[in-house]
Amino acid sequence: MIRTTPFHPRLSELNSQGLYTHWQGFLSPLRYTTAPKHEYFAVRNSVGVFDTSPLFKYRISGPDAEQLLAGLLVRDIRSCRPGRALYTLWCDDRGFVMEDGVVFRHSANDFLLTAARPNLGWLDSHRGRLRVELEDVSDDYGIVAIQGPRSRTVLSALSPETDGLGYFQHTQAKVGSTAVTLSRTGYTGDLGYELTVPADEAVAVLDAVLEAGRDHGIRPFGEEALMMLRIEAGLPLIDVDWTNSRTAWTDAQRVTPTELGMGWMLRGIDDDTRPFLGRQAIRRELAEGSSRWATVGIVVDWQHWDRLHRDAGLLPSKSEHPPPYEQMLYDAEGAPAGFVTSFLYSPVLQRHVGLARVTPALAETGTELRMEVVVNHRNTTVDVRTAPLPFFNPARKTAKP
Amino acid sequence: MSAPQYDAIVVGGGHNGLTNAAYLAKAGLRTLVLERRHLVGGAAITEELLPGFSFTTFSYALSLLRPEIIQELDLVRHGFLPLMMPSSFHPTGDGDYLLMGDDHAQNVQEVRRHSPRDADAYDRYHHDLDRVVQAVRPLLDNAPPDVFSTDPEDRVDVDWLVKHLSGVERRVMHDVVRLLTGSAADWLEDYFVHEGVKGYHASSSVIGSKVGPMSPGSGLVLLFHKMGEHDGHLGSWAFHKGGNGGFTQVLARAAEAFGAEIRLEAPVTAVLTEGERAVGVALEDGTELRAPIVVSALDPRRTFLELVDPRGLPGELVDSVERMKFRGVSAKVNFALDGLPVFPALPDTVEHYGGFLNIGPTIEYVERAFDAAKYGWYSDRPYIDAAIQSVVDPDMAPPGKHVMSCFVQYAPYELRGSDWESERERFGDRAQAVLEEHFPGFGELVLHREVVTPVDIEQHTGLTEGNIFAGEFLAPQMYFFRPAPGWSRYATPIQGYYQCGSGTHPGGCVIGSPGRLASRRVLNDVAAGRVGAHSTGTASS
Repeated sequence: MIRTTPFHPRLSELNSQGLYTHWQGFLSPLRYTTAPKHEYFAVRNSVGVFDTSPLFKYRISGPDAEQLLAGLLVRDIRSCRPGRALYTLWCDDRGFVMEDGVVFRHSANDFLLTAARPNLGWLDSHRGRLRVELEDVSDDYGIVAIQGPRSRTVLSALSPETDGLGYFQHTQAKVGSTAVTLSRTGYTGDLGYELTVPADEAVAVLDAVLEAGRDHGIRPFGEEALMMLRIEAGLPLIDVDWTNSRTAWTDAQRVTPTELGMGWMLRGIDDDTRPFLGRQAIRRELAEGSSRWATVGIVVDWQHWDRLHRDAGLLPSKSEHPPPYEQMLYDAEGAPAGFVTSFLYSPVLQRHVGLARVTPALAETGTELRMEVVVNHRNTTVDVRTAPLPFFNPARKTAKP
Repeated sequence: MSAPQYDAIVVGGGHNGLTNAAYLAKAGLRTLVLERRHLVGGAAITEELLPGFSFTTFSYALSLLRPEIIQELDLVRHGFLPLMMPSSFHPTGDGDYLLMGDDHAQNVQEVRRHSPRDADAYDRYHHDLDRVVQAVRPLLDNAPPDVFSTDPEDRVDVDWLVKHLSGVERRVMHDVVRLLTGSAADWLEDYFVHEGVKGYHASSSVIGSKVGPMSPGSGLVLLFHKMGEHDGHLGSWAFHKGGNGGFTQVLARAAEAFGAEIRLEAPVTAVLTEGERAVGVALEDGTELRAPIVVSALDPRRTFLELVDPRGLPGELVDSVERMKFRGVSAKVNFALDGLPVFPALPDTVEHYGGFLNIGPTIEYVERAFDAAKYGWYSDRPYIDAAIQSVVDPDMAPPGKHVMSCFVQYAPYELRGSDWESERERFGDRAQAVLEEHFPGFGELVLHREVVTPVDIEQHTGLTEGNIFAGEFLAPQMYFFRPAPGWSRYATPIQGYYQCGSGTHPGGCVIGSPGRLASRRVLNDVAAGRVGAHSTGTASS
């Protein structure tokens, strides 16, 4: 039986398309209007609203909660003060990435972890004798993301706390009479916030947000727009850009944090006071330089792309919809060099871009590679160059308030 | 003679002048742009007439801009941001409407709602039109070959054209000719039966031209407005962030980043010549600036008859330019609004305000609007192409308020028995009355109204007779013949003097190609040593 989110009663009214996908057992709109690109531009140019409620949410509390998370998460939760949040991966004991999520620290002993997949059993299996309470509160809350350059203006009209909030900070606030968690987080690579709201008051909060945003062109956006936004922002997606190590069949499907482009999370890896799951393997990988891949951006040579299509009698396609398959990369000699995991035409960049995994020797920015592409039922290649991630990174995203 | 301070001087900071200057500067030429007004952009400007309300005074949307220019000039780095229009809206005059969006199948259903017979025609129509666009497109990206020349170099280009055209399918070629020579009405009647559906598709066939949809030539105007390919979608339109003035500011930043210098409030009165060679320009204040290359981004009248002494030019060229038809028929009526207008059949949504609001319900409506223009008067019920840009780009107006750009036709440059200063507000009233018909209560929303007559267009932008294309967009003034037979390849009879305005192929509209193709011509001539540019080491004198 498919489920609906706490915001669904209102958002479904605003959806003229009836076009949903299933996200972890919940209905999730692909788009609200005929023009997903318009929803995308709302985020890049004004403000958009996304229902991210299907995320799993776990409350982790108790005197040893910090210790549990410090031993499980790749990033060091001990450095995260109350009122802050961390985006982090977690790994298996071989140093392969399982999942990613955001952990909110509400107090010394009280955390909320969001995750794309169920994790309660896994968390529990590592609890041992630690004094920690674990609770699946996924159904207790809805989460709505308010994203885009106007998000601060809209939310600060509802909650004055918005104005002082720095990147990845959060606070308790009120929207109307409802107590919410207001965080400066999101999955769009833009200025944005999320409201974590008690499920039974979700619609009232959403209505207040929509009303406050009405004069700013606020509109809900669906998963099609979200895909565009997150790829431009260089944000990987589980089961698209990597496979959960726990459900992968082969090591070829698995990635390490370094291979996933998240090496920056490993800054504290040499701190012996914090053994965490996968640490030993990751240290070995770093010491031996045994990473098999590097994650980079790729940008398509627009002239070559246009020529390939025009010479074949076709209009050069510029689709903002990522293809649901990997595209292989080759080096200048035609040898396999890696693969593209997410690919689209970016309207703000006016280029075809992709998230790719390449052999580390080819990761340097500007390396010329070739990407397989099918034109008129024939396999051929188009010239691409490696590029740093994220592709789109406006100053407003992290700017101090 | 003093040493030239610049390699190239571009006269006029409209979008083609800026494009041209950016390419010249990118190639290493010391380039100066001279703009008469206090801002660059020419006819593509955004002005804050009321605090917080940004008006696109003249040009108001983007489509034809060639994608190559975006890449070659690295415009994204300088803020290029076309906000694609999610919809276009066409009231059918009977209270109903056509609302078209990005989803083809839903558009087909919308057509079918009015006319089942036209539903599959909609598919055929778009496919046929797209094929024509594909056939014609290479002509936009290359200078017109000189079919009159016997020079072997020119023959190469002529051969290219012949080869290209001979590769076009027979059927497509016939469609090309139908559109180039025929009327939009005839073309559309071959597909559709429903008057509203035809009216919707005819909407772009008369823009900026003294034709009605039943006039031969309107097919070409229709085709031209489908030639854009933003984001790979043929005929798609966008509002640039901050209006079309936002776009020309991007171009100016790109030109400056390549090293071009832009001087504002520097009206050029004449191109200086020595012998048959251009050597610089004279400004209104008497300053003389020297450069071996001068590029006019102005229209052909000004390029050939005002900036230089036409007595020094071939008589045939002067005749052609004097004969060239300008006779603008378009006006703008721009509004600051207190809120969104209400279309009674769609009271609770804004989806129909995402793009163009096409107020010309049927072909007959637009043709009747044209009738007055034939006899020297403006339409009693004009055709309006409106856009509430602040719906897509909220930064254009204060929260909850809106700006509405209305392109209004017909408004002939020359009125019989009156003048535009006397008729300005009465004309504005006519446009507003039409809006009131479709959006009852519209008048109560108006905070400010700006009427831009063809005479205003001429005075502010320098476009002769207010013709928005810098010369009418009709077959005798196209391609080989734009702006004059034998002078379609951006050079002039004066060595070192070039033309790059919308009056050259393939202008008008905000397309950039004239500026780009002219820069190619200049740089080829520099490389061949035909003109001097000190920075590149090929001195000429």
